[in-house]
Amino acid sequence: MAESRAARAFALLLLAGLALVPLVAAWLGQPFWVTLFTRILIFALAAMGLNLVLGYGAMVSFGHAMYLGIGAYAVGILSHHGVDNGLLQLAMALGVGALVSLSVGAICLRTSGMAFIMITLAFAQMLFFLAVSLREYGGDDGMQLRNRSQFGPLDLNDATLLYYLAYALLLAVLYGFWRLVHSRFGMVLRGCRSNERRMRSMGFPTLRYKLSAYVISALVCVLAGMLMANLTRFVAPSYMAWTVSGELIVMIVLGGLGTLIGPIAGATALLLVEEGLSSLKLGIPWLDTVVNQHWLALIGIFIVLVVLVLKQGLYGWLLVGERSRAERRAAPKPARVPAGDRPPYSVDEGQT
Amino acid sequence: MTTGLFFTQLLNGLQLGVLLFLLSAGLTLVFGIMNVVNLAHGSLYMMGAYFAAAAFNAFDGSFLAAALVAVPGTLLLGLLIERIVLANLYQRDHLDQVLATFGLILFFNEVVRFVWGPASVYMNVPSWLSGTIDLFGLPYPAYRFAIIAVGLAVGLGLYALINRTRVGMLIRAGASNPDMVSALGVNIRGLNTLVFGLGAALAGLAGLMAGPIVSVQAGMGEPVLILTLVVIVTGGIGSIRGAFYGALIVGIVDTVGRAFLPTLLRELLDRSVAQAVGPAIASMLIYLLMAAVLALKPQGLFPVKHG
Repeated sequence: MAESRAARAFALLLLAGLALVPLVAAWLGQPFWVTLFTRILIFALAAMGLNLVLGYGAMVSFGHAMYLGIGAYAVGILSHHGVDNGLLQLAMALGVGALVSLSVGAICLRTSGMAFIMITLAFAQMLFFLAVSLREYGGDDGMQLRNRSQFGPLDLNDATLLYYLAYALLLAVLYGFWRLVHSRFGMVLRGCRSNERRMRSMGFPTLRYKLSAYVISALVCVLAGMLMANLTRFVAPSYMAWTVSGELIVMIVLGGLGTLIGPIAGATALLLVEEGLSSLKLGIPWLDTVVNQHWLALIGIFIVLVVLVLKQGLYGWLLVGERSRAERRAAPKPARVPAGDRPPYSVDEGQT
Repeated sequence: MTTGLFFTQLLNGLQLGVLLFLLSAGLTLVFGIMNVVNLAHGSLYMMGAYFAAAAFNAFDGSFLAAALVAVPGTLLLGLLIERIVLANLYQRDHLDQVLATFGLILFFNEVVRFVWGPASVYMNVPSWLSGTIDLFGLPYPAYRFAIIAVGLAVGLGLYALINRTRVGMLIRAGASNPDMVSALGVNIRGLNTLVFGLGAALAGLAGLMAGPIVSVQAGMGEPVLILTLVVIVTGGIGSIRGAFYGALIVGIVDTVGRAFLPTLLRELLDRSVAQAVGPAIASMLIYLLMAAVLALKPQGLFPVKHG
């Protein structure tokens, strides 16, 4: 892929910066940063998983928080019954995740477009209400984890270790997705994004490819959910609230849809903005209170603006920016509207 | 006794269904004509309820004042949203529309918390509807019955509007081929705004009617929005008839399921198992219904006929 130099530098800088977080936090004496950035990594992982179907397959799943919940509840429920073995929890989480995503995916993929968005949302809600009604496991309030998962010599109670585990997993998934997206499988998936009917008439069983992508992306979210339970030592239905699914999509679109680094950049940016707004100190007391209590309203406006203005996302903007700057150097002309953005003929020429 | 209880629950289900119909009619029209997903529809419902409660409490308990503020207020708000945000997104993918309206939901929830505080706001049933009425020997709250009546009247009105008037004809034409309608000289933008306003007003009406029987609080729109989406998907996206039957089915299945499924399971299963499984299955029932419908008929029960 002909990525621009700026975009590649940005990606390397972001990954290197994330690798250094615990060191910087220890140096500055801010251990809280490690927790915050572990959260960022976990959401980045989940967003990357969702991006496989959303960005590369153009399947707008509005229910991926469900798989975060499955990962978290697998850890929580097994731990509740005294099973702290991480490998067993992993097997359980991936097994249940695969089973659920296969059946949910098989039903949802019968529809497309708008119906797909709504039906994935509805399934996630179904699981949410299921979790709420599980009184044994805390119901609405969720439950505290007695112990973190035990992976032999790895002690997940060590915040730095947990951070680097999440980081290693993120790099592994990033590499795996890089191979996947550029493989034949990824080509077919991207082909479906542009024109599924053509792919079918070329003889590809597209449903099978889309379903596989859906299951893979769900399993990555399950892994993120397991990490989340271990980070917070707490499992609650709120992990699979539909707003979480929405936030994952926001991260992807903010970072850059259908790019590998985009979801990581988006998750970092969104969570840092949220953190910044909720603890903002401008020195004007009443404004500070309003912003700190009602920062979600600003996030809402922010999301609307991102959608309206920043069409390719932060990282996508770097990719495209370089290209259009080069074009402008080659042909110095007044601003042009890309052909795709305007109808074949425009009636209200004067107004725009 | 049990049959009495059953009919009461059936009526409650009908009442929920009618409320869902008010919401899904607007949403499905907006989708059918403009091809736009509007997740903020639940927020319009919430704002309707808040406007109603505020007016109700300001004009010491006048339900008429509540109605006169809530419905036009929500209509105006809907038109503003359409002009400022959604009109720019008609040509974009569903993804962008989903995201922008998701942002609007977050925004409106906080606005409500800021203006009316985090606690719920209460609104009473108007005094002239506070009693019960006698339905074939069965006492039933008059207000809930009024909701059913209003909903059915709106359903009839919409049917007449869509199938019997010129505007309705344009709406149907716009749904099947907007370019052609536009080429014939109809102001399709104006038509879009009109339909969006109609949907918003219906959401406001739903908020007004629901105000006295639910707690009016931030985030009250989301569970209802999701039920509405289930209704639309089950009934067939874009179809008013589908929205009507879908809403009644979902309302009745949900209410009756929650009321009787746990008891029914206790007869069939071990007591402790039934205690644990009953509420879980009852709350999942409508989603299972939707999954079954989609597995058999991906277009929904009453798909729109084109061509």
